[in-house]
Amino acid sequence: MDVSELQTVEHDILVIGAGGAGLRAAIATAQQGKSTALVSKSLLGKAHTVMAEGGCAAALGNVDSRDSWEIHFRDTMRGGKFLNQWRMAELHAQQAPERVRELEEWGAVFDRTKDGLISQRNFGGHRYPRLAHVGDRTGLEMIRTLQDHGIHQGFDAYMECKILALLKDGDRIAGAVGLWRETGRFIVFKAAAVILATGGGGRAWRVTSNSWEYSGDGAAMAYQAGAELMDMEFTQFHPTGMIWPPSVRGILVTEGVRGDGGILLNNKNERFMFNYIPDRFASETADSEEEANRWLEGEEGARRPPELLTRDVVARSIRAEVEAGRGSPHGGAFLNIASRREPDFIRRKLPSMYHQFKELAEVDITKDPMEVGPTLHYFMGGIRVDSDSQQTLVPGLFACGECAAGMHGANRLGGNSLSDLLVFGKLAGDAAVEHVDKSSSKPATADAEIAAVVRNATDILNREDGKNPFLVHEDIQESMQQYVGIVRSKEDLETAIARMQELWDEVSRVKAHGSSQFNAGWHEALDLPCLLITAEAVARAGLLREESRGAHTRLDFEGEREEWGNYNIVVRKGADGMKVEKIERPPPPQKLAAIAQASLEELEKNG
Amino acid sequence: MAERKFRVWRSDAENKDAGSFVDYTIDVDSGMVVLDAIHRIQAHQANDLAVRWNCKAGKCGSCSMEINGRPKLACMNRLNEYDPAETITVQPLKSFPIIKDLVTDVSWNFEQNQKIAPFKPKLPEADGQYRMKQADTDRVQEFRKCIECYLCQNVCHVLRDHQQKDNFVGPRFMIRLASLEMHPLDRADRIPQIRKEFGSGMCNITKCCTEVCPEHINITDNGIIPLKERVVDRYYDPVMWMWNKITGGDKQG
Repeated sequence: MDVSELQTVEHDILVIGAGGAGLRAAIATAQQGKSTALVSKSLLGKAHTVMAEGGCAAALGNVDSRDSWEIHFRDTMRGGKFLNQWRMAELHAQQAPERVRELEEWGAVFDRTKDGLISQRNFGGHRYPRLAHVGDRTGLEMIRTLQDHGIHQGFDAYMECKILALLKDGDRIAGAVGLWRETGRFIVFKAAAVILATGGGGRAWRVTSNSWEYSGDGAAMAYQAGAELMDMEFTQFHPTGMIWPPSVRGILVTEGVRGDGGILLNNKNERFMFNYIPDRFASETADSEEEANRWLEGEEGARRPPELLTRDVVARSIRAEVEAGRGSPHGGAFLNIASRREPDFIRRKLPSMYHQFKELAEVDITKDPMEVGPTLHYFMGGIRVDSDSQQTLVPGLFACGECAAGMHGANRLGGNSLSDLLVFGKLAGDAAVEHVDKSSSKPATADAEIAAVVRNATDILNREDGKNPFLVHEDIQESMQQYVGIVRSKEDLETAIARMQELWDEVSRVKAHGSSQFNAGWHEALDLPCLLITAEAVARAGLLREESRGAHTRLDFEGEREEWGNYNIVVRKGADGMKVEKIERPPPPQKLAAIAQASLEELEKNG
Repeated sequence: MAERKFRVWRSDAENKDAGSFVDYTIDVDSGMVVLDAIHRIQAHQANDLAVRWNCKAGKCGSCSMEINGRPKLACMNRLNEYDPAETITVQPLKSFPIIKDLVTDVSWNFEQNQKIAPFKPKLPEADGQYRMKQADTDRVQEFRKCIECYLCQNVCHVLRDHQQKDNFVGPRFMIRLASLEMHPLDRADRIPQIRKEFGSGMCNITKCCTEVCPEHINITDNGIIPLKERVVDRYYDPVMWMWNKITGGDKQG
């Protein structure tokens, strides 16, 4: 094939992914006058950010003035079981309020306090009401605000275009090859800087809240290009996904239900979360229903109910209740807000939950409890980046949002994702601009490399016969669901890894029938290698981490092991396959360590 | 597990006008929605079937299509809404050109959005904060629930039957304009543009858009009619008309 005949475009900066992080990065680069391409697999405004419900965490202090960035930082580190990159958690807590206020300047309309300021709601692991929100459709408000502001900043949006591979010039990044989903034609992007903002890889599991787009593209392409992945063993199972009827299994039920007073019950009508309070959080969690009720009524001294413990704890507790035979009829727990709040309040604060259950499950949540269970929701791990610049090991390649690692450590607090997108989207954009300014020459792309990417893609259409890509995807999901679930063991993880070698063989033999235009089977086939790389990285990192910490739970290694607190796990591509190793964490800056270990009283006094 | 029959529009991207309904029979489970059925057809019988979807929870507005002649989100339309013996017919939105199968070219909508003057905020208060009463933001928040599924655009007579895409932006962008015009902090004036370029006068208030809105936004009563009133106040109120003559134009603020 003749590469010179392919559509070729040149930009200073290529942003891959147009959710919150990609949009915020593209706004930053376009505003600074850089020619920017923003590429998305779907139409603009449909990315996964649109599904975020509960809110965006930022220590604005509008509802409780005792809040400060230090306490937000402390909550984030404790939630992440101290495996977060200290500097990222610091930057995030410090800059989130400014990023949220900026959205308001761009037209976002958050719910208000009585004084007319941005209202904030309670969420798991956050000491104070901290989540700026709009009912339970915060993500929609954010993505629409970024989209409507962004389209006037001068970036070029390439919609329904899938990036297949990154291109390099020697060590540094040079661009990418993409595929127009509509026409099936290829496009070459030349750019001195590339920002990955592709989200996670949750579609490798059967029960997930993630959409089809979440196939780990960014992590897999970065890995192939020589960047490192980190913290891949930490995959968040959101405790409350829908579980009935079967076709909706996995769809998210916002943590806002619990933030606004909802409680979890087992089939004996017991509020079981009181039995699962970890020592680390005991002093800050209510130990009786009576105290939790006082908290709901807004009594200042009352401690938070255990339903608002971090997601890893709640998800494991639900699973334990089911294992003990105390689960709901379809293998989960009951989430009840009907007994706690008036119907009007529920419909106003949780409108999409109300409709979701009414229309998909025929349950009226203002009258009856919901049935919920854990669902794969979020990758804490991802591409390893420099904390300040978000640059990967590959010069000119940046990553932000869910596809980047480091901010959340072993477990992410609800609400910290939307703020992560904004803070690190902007920082990645700023750093990419700086990188382009410093680059003395434009990188060159190699025709042979481009031709190989195109040939790999078209082979799937051209081969005589082969596996059905949708069924291979189901095989990957079955394997991950069964062997790399919420509770893991050496035996299961080894089984998963062995199975993956067979799955690689299946993936290499998939066949897409039909023409190259808007061919769902072909697109599915092209996502499979990315899914499998990220899934394998999760399993291999999970096997190496012999302890239970945050979202990573090992049946054969219960509890946190102190020595493991000193290591992150890094995955990279070796000459003969995937390499996994633990790397020692540098000691934290003294100032940050002091904040993380301080008592709340001390921080509130200083704040 | 029971069998159900579907008729799905299939077409060829090369020859966009040619196409036909194809019959599929699949096993269905309880609780399934139409999108689940399409996915099952896609996975087992028609790998290349083109359909847009993302969230599968009524939040992204990607899977808009016409199901038994009614515009709907396929992800929120349960199979048990139809008689078990009934064949469910699925076809793409009619108001937009077909790309392939159930996917239409909705780029016209993105072009309309681009034409709308962006939000232009007032200066913040002395402490750097913006203050708005919840009561004042409620009506804007109603419009901002829009998930851009374009079902309203699809059923709007002005766009669908009269092909007036050059003269009317359609209900989706009328409520986007309303969300800006009624935003307590916005100070841009879009009334002249709403009248001329965006064609507020074209809407004849049949409320079909409101009826199909999956977000239950009261598009006509709360969005379009108030915008029409603002246009009328500006241009057709005799006192204002005289005032504009004297002051020399319809510019404001």
